[in-house]
Amino acid sequence: MARLTALFAGLLFGFGLLLAGMANPAKVLAFLDLAGNWDPSLALVMGGGIGTALLPFALARRRTQALTGCPMQLPSKREPDPALVIGSLLFGIGWGIAGICPGPALVLLGSGNAAILPFFVAMLIGMGLYRGYASRRA
Amino acid sequence: MTIDWAHFTPWSALAGGILIGLAAGLFVLANGRIAGISGLLGSLLEPRASGRLYSLLFVFGLLLAPWLWQAIAALPTIEIQAGVPGLLLAGLLVGFGARLGSGCTSGHGVCGLSRLSPRSLVATLCFMASGFATVFVVRHLLGV
Repeated sequence: MARLTALFAGLLFGFGLLLAGMANPAKVLAFLDLAGNWDPSLALVMGGGIGTALLPFALARRRTQALTGCPMQLPSKREPDPALVIGSLLFGIGWGIAGICPGPALVLLGSGNAAILPFFVAMLIGMGLYRGYASRRA
Repeated sequence: MTIDWAHFTPWSALAGGILIGLAAGLFVLANGRIAGISGLLGSLLEPRASGRLYSLLFVFGLLLAPWLWQAIAALPTIEIQAGVPGLLLAGLLVGFGARLGSGCTSGHGVCGLSRLSPRSLVATLCFMASGFATVFVVRHLLGV
Protein backbone atom coordinates (compact mmCIF):
# COMPACT_ATOMS: atom_id res chain seq x y z
CA MET A 1 0.00 0.00 0.00
CA ALA A 2 2.82 2.41 0.91
CA ARG A 3 4.37 1.79 -2.51
CA LEU A 4 1.12 2.61 -4.24
CA THR A 5 0.58 5.86 -2.30
CA ALA A 6 4.19 6.97 -3.01
CA LEU A 7 3.77 6.37 -6.74
CA PHE A 8 0.34 8.01 -6.79
CA ALA A 9 1.57 11.04 -4.84
CA GLY A 10 4.39 11.48 -7.38
CA LEU A 11 1.95 11.21 -10.28
CA LEU A 12 -0.44 13.71 -8.70
CA PHE A 13 2.44 16.10 -8.00
CA GLY A 14 3.52 15.84 -11.64
CA PHE A 15 -0.01 16.51 -12.93
CA GLY A 16 -0.17 19.53 -10.61
CA LEU A 17 3.11 20.93 -11.97
CA LEU A 18 1.93 20.47 -15.56
CA LEU A 19 -1.53 21.98 -14.96
CA ALA A 20 -0.08 24.88 -12.97
CA GLY A 21 2.37 25.89 -15.70
CA MET A 22 5.39 25.20 -13.46
CA ALA A 23 6.73 22.73 -16.01
CA ASN A 24 7.04 25.56 -18.54
CA PRO A 25 10.36 27.33 -17.82
CA ALA A 26 9.30 30.39 -19.85
CA LYS A 27 6.28 30.87 -17.52
CA VAL A 28 8.45 30.51 -14.41
CA LEU A 29 10.84 33.17 -15.73
CA ALA A 30 7.87 35.43 -16.55
CA PHE A 31 6.87 35.12 -12.87
CA LEU A 32 10.40 35.96 -11.70
CA ASP A 33 10.57 38.99 -14.02
CA LEU A 34 9.06 41.61 -11.70
CA ALA A 35 10.47 44.52 -13.69
CA GLY A 36 9.22 43.23 -17.03
CA ASN A 37 5.83 42.01 -18.20
CA TRP A 38 4.99 40.20 -14.94
CA ASP A 39 2.90 37.00 -14.94
CA PRO A 40 1.72 36.53 -11.32
CA SER A 41 0.24 33.03 -11.93
CA LEU A 42 2.83 31.11 -9.96
CA ALA A 43 2.03 32.97 -6.76
CA LEU A 44 -1.35 31.23 -6.97
CA VAL A 45 0.34 27.84 -7.40
CA MET A 46 2.17 28.35 -4.14
CA GLY A 47 -0.94 29.73 -2.43
CA GLY A 48 -3.07 26.81 -3.60
CA GLY A 49 -0.42 24.29 -2.60
CA ILE A 50 0.14 25.70 0.87
CA GLY A 51 -3.56 26.25 1.54
CA THR A 52 -4.27 22.63 0.68
CA ALA A 53 -1.30 21.09 2.51
CA LEU A 54 -1.73 23.02 5.80
CA LEU A 55 -4.30 20.59 7.23
CA PRO A 56 -2.53 17.33 6.26
CA PHE A 57 0.72 18.62 7.78
CA ALA A 58 -1.07 19.70 10.97
CA LEU A 59 -2.54 16.18 11.24
CA ALA A 60 0.81 14.57 10.44
CA ARG A 61 2.54 16.48 13.20
CA ARG A 62 0.46 14.69 15.85
CA ARG A 63 1.34 11.24 14.58
CA THR A 64 4.46 9.13 15.04
CA GLN A 65 3.41 6.72 12.34
CA ALA A 66 2.01 7.34 8.87
CA LEU A 67 -1.27 5.69 7.80
CA THR A 68 0.52 2.84 6.04
CA GLY A 69 2.70 2.14 9.09
CA CYS A 70 5.80 3.94 7.75
CA PRO A 71 7.61 6.04 10.38
CA MET A 72 6.71 9.76 10.34
CA GLN A 73 9.93 11.42 9.12
CA LEU A 74 9.43 15.13 9.67
CA PRO A 75 12.52 17.36 9.83
CA SER A 76 13.69 18.12 13.37
CA LYS A 77 13.36 21.72 14.58
CA ARG A 78 16.55 23.70 13.92
CA GLU A 79 17.49 27.34 13.73
CA PRO A 80 18.24 28.81 10.29
CA ASP A 81 22.02 28.65 9.66
CA PRO A 82 24.47 30.03 7.05
CA ALA A 83 24.30 26.82 4.96
CA LEU A 84 20.52 27.22 4.64
CA VAL A 85 20.85 30.84 3.54
CA ILE A 86 23.80 30.38 1.16
CA GLY A 87 22.37 27.19 -0.36
CA SER A 88 18.97 28.81 -0.93
CA LEU A 89 20.54 31.92 -2.48
CA LEU A 90 22.60 29.75 -4.89
CA PHE A 91 19.51 27.69 -5.69
CA GLY A 92 17.57 30.87 -6.51
CA ILE A 93 20.31 32.08 -8.88
CA GLY A 94 20.15 28.78 -10.78
CA TRP A 95 16.34 28.93 -10.76
CA GLY A 96 16.48 32.47 -12.14
CA ILE A 97 18.88 31.54 -14.96
CA ALA A 98 16.79 28.74 -16.46
CA GLY A 99 13.37 28.85 -14.75
CA ILE A 100 13.69 25.18 -13.81
CA CYS A 101 13.66 23.58 -10.35
CA PRO A 102 14.02 19.86 -9.50
CA GLY A 103 10.34 18.77 -9.77
CA PRO A 104 9.72 20.32 -13.18
CA ALA A 105 13.14 19.01 -14.33
CA LEU A 106 11.87 15.46 -13.71
CA VAL A 107 8.53 16.16 -15.42
CA LEU A 108 10.35 17.64 -18.45
CA LEU A 109 12.64 14.62 -18.54
CA GLY A 110 9.62 12.31 -18.44
CA SER A 111 8.00 14.22 -21.30
CA GLY A 112 10.92 13.13 -23.48
CA ASN A 113 12.15 16.68 -24.01
CA ALA A 114 15.87 16.23 -24.82
CA ALA A 115 16.59 19.94 -24.24
CA ILE A 116 16.36 19.34 -20.47
CA LEU A 117 19.30 16.90 -20.46
CA PRO A 118 22.14 19.43 -19.88
CA PHE A 119 20.24 20.88 -16.92
CA PHE A 120 19.37 17.48 -15.50
CA VAL A 121 22.87 16.05 -15.72
CA ALA A 122 24.38 19.25 -14.26
CA MET A 123 21.83 19.15 -11.40
CA LEU A 124 22.85 15.59 -10.51
CA ILE A 125 26.52 16.62 -10.67
CA GLY A 126 25.72 19.55 -8.37
CA MET A 127 24.08 17.18 -5.90
CA GLY A 128 27.07 14.84 -6.15
CA LEU A 129 29.44 17.78 -5.52
CA TYR A 130 27.46 18.63 -2.38
CA ARG A 131 27.78 15.03 -1.23
CA GLY A 132 31.55 15.18 -1.61
CA TYR A 133 31.67 18.55 0.16
CA ALA A 134 29.47 17.31 3.04
CA SER A 135 31.47 14.10 3.54
CA ARG A 136 34.74 16.06 3.65
CA ARG A 137 33.35 18.37 6.31
CA ALA A 138 31.98 15.52 8.42
CA MET B 1 5.96 46.79 -13.19
CA THR B 2 3.25 45.86 -15.67
CA ILE B 3 1.07 42.79 -15.26
CA ASP B 4 0.92 40.47 -18.22
CA TRP B 5 -2.85 39.81 -18.17
CA ALA B 6 -2.70 37.95 -21.49
CA HIS B 7 -0.58 35.18 -19.97
CA PHE B 8 -2.09 35.29 -16.46
CA THR B 9 -3.73 31.90 -15.82
CA PRO B 10 -5.22 32.14 -12.32
CA TRP B 11 -7.53 29.12 -12.43
CA SER B 12 -5.14 26.53 -13.84
CA ALA B 13 -2.41 27.89 -11.52
CA LEU B 14 -4.68 27.57 -8.49
CA ALA B 15 -5.96 24.11 -9.53
CA GLY B 16 -2.40 22.92 -10.20
CA GLY B 17 -1.33 24.26 -6.83
CA ILE B 18 -4.18 22.38 -5.12
CA LEU B 19 -3.09 19.12 -6.82
CA ILE B 20 0.48 19.75 -5.63
CA GLY B 21 -0.82 20.36 -2.10
CA LEU B 22 -2.93 17.19 -2.21
CA ALA B 23 0.08 15.19 -3.40
CA ALA B 24 2.28 16.58 -0.62
CA GLY B 25 -0.49 15.93 1.93
CA LEU B 26 -0.97 12.35 0.74
CA PHE B 27 2.77 11.65 0.83
CA VAL B 28 3.16 12.90 4.38
CA LEU B 29 0.03 11.25 5.77
CA ALA B 30 0.43 7.93 3.97
CA ASN B 31 4.22 7.62 3.78
CA GLY B 32 5.40 9.97 6.50
CA ARG B 33 7.67 11.79 4.08
CA ILE B 34 8.22 15.36 2.91
CA ALA B 35 7.56 15.78 -0.82
CA GLY B 36 10.76 17.75 -1.38
CA ILE B 37 12.03 16.75 -4.78
CA SER B 38 15.69 17.69 -4.23
CA GLY B 39 15.67 15.76 -0.94
CA LEU B 40 14.10 12.71 -2.58
CA LEU B 41 16.64 12.82 -5.44
CA GLY B 42 19.44 13.35 -2.92
CA SER B 43 18.32 10.31 -0.92
CA LEU B 44 18.57 8.24 -4.11
CA LEU B 45 22.26 9.22 -4.25
CA GLU B 46 22.73 8.08 -0.61
CA PRO B 47 23.11 4.30 -0.42
CA ARG B 48 22.20 4.25 3.28
CA ALA B 49 19.22 6.63 3.29
CA SER B 50 16.02 5.13 4.73
CA GLY B 51 12.88 4.76 2.63
CA ARG B 52 14.72 4.96 -0.68
CA LEU B 53 12.11 2.76 -2.34
CA TYR B 54 9.42 5.38 -1.65
CA SER B 55 11.65 8.18 -2.93
CA LEU B 56 12.20 6.17 -6.07
CA LEU B 57 8.48 5.52 -6.56
CA PHE B 58 7.58 9.19 -6.03
CA VAL B 59 10.25 10.24 -8.56
CA PHE B 60 8.99 7.58 -10.94
CA GLY B 61 5.48 9.04 -10.60
CA LEU B 62 6.82 12.48 -11.58
CA LEU B 63 8.50 10.99 -14.66
CA LEU B 64 5.35 9.09 -15.55
CA ALA B 65 2.98 12.08 -15.20
CA PRO B 66 3.69 13.77 -18.57
CA TRP B 67 3.63 10.42 -20.29
CA LEU B 68 0.18 9.60 -18.87
CA TRP B 69 -1.03 13.16 -19.55
CA GLN B 70 -0.06 12.74 -23.20
CA ALA B 71 -2.20 9.63 -23.45
CA ILE B 72 -5.27 11.75 -22.65
CA ALA B 73 -4.51 15.28 -23.88
CA ALA B 74 -1.79 17.34 -25.54
CA LEU B 75 0.95 18.51 -23.17
CA PRO B 76 0.80 22.20 -22.24
CA THR B 77 3.30 24.56 -23.89
CA ILE B 78 6.88 23.96 -22.76
CA GLU B 79 9.47 26.55 -23.73
CA ILE B 80 13.07 26.33 -22.53
CA GLN B 81 14.65 29.72 -23.19
CA ALA B 82 18.15 29.22 -21.73
CA GLY B 83 20.93 27.94 -23.97
CA VAL B 84 23.14 24.97 -23.14
CA PRO B 85 25.78 26.94 -21.16
CA GLY B 86 23.00 28.59 -19.13
CA LEU B 87 21.30 25.25 -18.52
CA LEU B 88 24.57 23.68 -17.33
CA LEU B 89 25.33 26.52 -14.92
CA ALA B 90 21.71 26.63 -13.71
CA GLY B 91 21.64 22.86 -13.12
CA LEU B 92 24.87 22.95 -11.08
CA LEU B 93 23.59 25.82 -8.91
CA VAL B 94 20.14 24.25 -8.45
CA GLY B 95 21.55 20.83 -7.53
CA PHE B 96 24.29 22.06 -5.18
CA GLY B 97 22.25 24.92 -3.70
CA ALA B 98 19.17 22.83 -2.97
CA ARG B 99 21.23 20.20 -1.13
CA LEU B 100 23.30 22.77 0.82
CA GLY B 101 20.10 24.64 1.70
CA SER B 102 18.27 21.40 2.62
CA GLY B 103 15.47 21.90 0.11
CA CYS B 104 13.97 23.57 -2.93
CA THR B 105 10.69 25.09 -4.11
CA SER B 106 8.73 21.96 -3.16
CA GLY B 107 10.42 21.03 0.13
CA HIS B 108 10.71 24.55 1.57
CA GLY B 109 8.23 26.52 -0.56
CA VAL B 110 5.24 24.16 -0.34
CA CYS B 111 5.86 21.57 2.40
CA GLY B 112 7.97 23.71 4.74
CA LEU B 113 5.65 26.71 4.63
CA SER B 114 2.67 24.39 5.16
CA ARG B 115 4.41 23.05 8.27
CA LEU B 116 4.96 26.68 9.38
CA SER B 117 8.72 26.02 9.59
CA PRO B 118 10.78 29.18 10.26
CA ARG B 119 13.77 27.63 8.44
CA SER B 120 11.66 27.08 5.33
CA LEU B 121 10.38 30.65 5.48
CA VAL B 122 13.98 31.92 5.54
CA ALA B 123 14.94 29.57 2.68
CA THR B 124 11.92 30.54 0.56
CA LEU B 125 12.56 34.28 1.04
CA CYS B 126 16.22 33.71 0.06
CA PHE B 127 15.58 31.79 -3.15
CA MET B 128 12.69 34.01 -4.22
CA ALA B 129 14.87 37.09 -3.68
CA SER B 130 17.85 35.69 -5.57
CA GLY B 131 15.55 34.35 -8.31
CA PHE B 132 13.95 37.79 -8.82
CA ALA B 133 17.40 39.45 -8.68
CA THR B 134 18.92 37.00 -11.19
CA VAL B 135 16.16 37.54 -13.76
CA PHE B 136 16.50 41.30 -13.27
CA VAL B 137 20.26 41.14 -13.89
CA VAL B 138 20.01 38.76 -16.84
CA ARG B 139 17.09 40.45 -18.63
CA HIS B 140 17.38 44.09 -17.73
CA LEU B 141 21.07 44.74 -16.98
CA LEU B 142 22.77 42.25 -19.30
CA GLY B 143 19.88 42.32 -21.77
CA VAL B 144 20.12 38.61 -22.63
